[in-house]
Amino acid sequence: MKEFTYVVTDPEGIHARPAGLLVKQANRFQSRITLHKEGKTADAKRIFAVMRLAVETGQPIVVTVEGEDEETAAAAMEAFLKANL
Amino acid sequence: MIVLNGTGVFGGIAFGRLSFFQRNECKIRRRHVEDINRELSRFEKAKHTAVAQLQTLYEMALQEMGENHAMIFRIHQMMLEDPDFCKTVESIIKTRQVNAEFAVSETENHFRRMFSAMEDSYMRERAADVKDVSDRVLGILADSTGTARRYDEPVIVAADDLAPSETVQLDKSKVLAFVTRLGSQTSHTAILSRTRNIPAVIGLGDALKEEYNGRPAVVDGFSGRIYIEPDESTTAAMEQKKRKEEEKRSLLEQLKGLDNVTRDGRRILVCANISSESDVEAALQNDAQGVGLFRSEFLYLDREDYPSEEEQFRVYRSVAEKMAGKRVVIRTLDIGADKRSGYFGLPSEENPAMGYRAIRICLTRPDLFKTQLRAVYRASAFGNVAVLFPMVISVQEVRRAKTLAAQVRQELRKEGVPFSKKVELGVMIETPAAAVICDLLAREVDFFSIGTNDLIQYTLALDRQNRRLDPFYDPHHPAVLRLIRYVVERARQAGIWVSVCGELGADLSLTEAFLRMRLDELSVSPPCILALRKKIRETDLSKG
Repeated sequence: MKEFTYVVTDPEGIHARPAGLLVKQANRFQSRITLHKEGKTADAKRIFAVMRLAVETGQPIVVTVEGEDEETAAAAMEAFLKANL
Repeated sequence: MIVLNGTGVFGGIAFGRLSFFQRNECKIRRRHVEDINRELSRFEKAKHTAVAQLQTLYEMALQEMGENHAMIFRIHQMMLEDPDFCKTVESIIKTRQVNAEFAVSETENHFRRMFSAMEDSYMRERAADVKDVSDRVLGILADSTGTARRYDEPVIVAADDLAPSETVQLDKSKVLAFVTRLGSQTSHTAILSRTRNIPAVIGLGDALKEEYNGRPAVVDGFSGRIYIEPDESTTAAMEQKKRKEEEKRSLLEQLKGLDNVTRDGRRILVCANISSESDVEAALQNDAQGVGLFRSEFLYLDREDYPSEEEQFRVYRSVAEKMAGKRVVIRTLDIGADKRSGYFGLPSEENPAMGYRAIRICLTRPDLFKTQLRAVYRASAFGNVAVLFPMVISVQEVRRAKTLAAQVRQELRKEGVPFSKKVELGVMIETPAAAVICDLLAREVDFFSIGTNDLIQYTLALDRQNRRLDPFYDPHHPAVLRLIRYVVERARQAGIWVSVCGELGADLSLTEAFLRMRLDELSVSPPCILALRKKIRETDLSKG
């Protein structure tokens, strides 16, 4: 399993549009990708779950990636977050 | 005449008849079903049709409003395909043996409640998206075709609020304005209004009654008012306002994209003064060549505690990115005098205009100053950023400010945080002292920005807040103009650039004089930019 932490810097947090992009990105991979925030978790491939997590700007999220393509998936997710959130 | 008050979203005046938006709301009945599989497959089929429709809407919206706004339909697709949503519908059909319509409606309520309960107001509004998506599926199940609404003549569209799919399907050539009971600045109606330049007034509440349907009205998107059955004088006033607006807009269209150059070829930069992140839009709309003055105070006012480095960084970065390589001059904290904030713990002063303010606060509280400088330098990695020190009266002050800036750069370098090595530092010339010793100050910095408002007040010893002094106030006083000329000349001799960023910059009777002085830049409020451009393009310095 791969794990990394990312602090959201987008002023609006993970709201609808970036949540959509994130889900789209996560669905490209086989691995199970989970977001963790303050004890709550969300499946990164599900839009309602990601939106419900309501990640605001300045909040750290832990991303765990588990599966066959976890190496590439983790790297891609981290790059995506840095570029978009 | 009836007058209703709401919030204007996009400035503009529209005359027309009110037309209430009709929806085919279908009543959902709970039916007990025997054939569960039939209901499951009805839902599955309706879902597929809905996803395909959303694809069409996405492509329409992409053409009309761009990727940013079209994305909402992709999100609607994701919502429909979200296993959480589908499983809920399916499990309601199975466990309660009910029709697909009822199951979708129940699921909709469940997910809407989830969003409605969220703290973030933006997220709360996403409940409307859940409704929009569910209504689409319900419409398909009821076999009612969701065709675009057609109006015979252009109308003012009235509604509670409009869903994204509704706004996209409207024939925009027939929409004069939007008026809604609900809605906020982030609602879809508001976004459409801004991107398509359609006047809109939102948040009118229950005062917007269905009985007004078909009546003539005027929408004033500037004041957020609508007048139903307007009387003669209101109609005349609104017609005049509309004409003025149209003149302004046609001026804008004519002048947009043109150079700020005189007939004989002298060029000058015309930039925007902004006070917040949201002003950037107006700066770009009016074709600003940069931000000549970004007043950073707004970050510090109307709040309980100091803004963090991170918060400031985000704002500066966002402005720098939006200006896309054009220079953004950030004036460091200019608090004190008439701009105060409780948490600073500033003592009350007999004479605050001449008191503890701006750079004087920053130099005695370096921690505060360095936080801001760190944020500015970090933002410099994302655009063209410059720093401007306000209220300077001595060379010493500039050197101390520069030392702190150097410390910040060193710290960032040590931490491996990226920043631009070309961040220019400048001094605001707004005290007579700074103007008179500007030759000495010019050796220390990369540019000057002449703040005429304070320079006039301090030179003439005349308080601008005191209305009784109006007869004595003369912004063209020779003392002021001589100081400006002196500063521009010395700056040119020293080889640094110089700008005028106060109200005098927008004073068209001085434009020619400024051009003759060979001023490098004028920075004015965004709505003044194009009028200034017009004046510059009409000027011929080879004559007279």
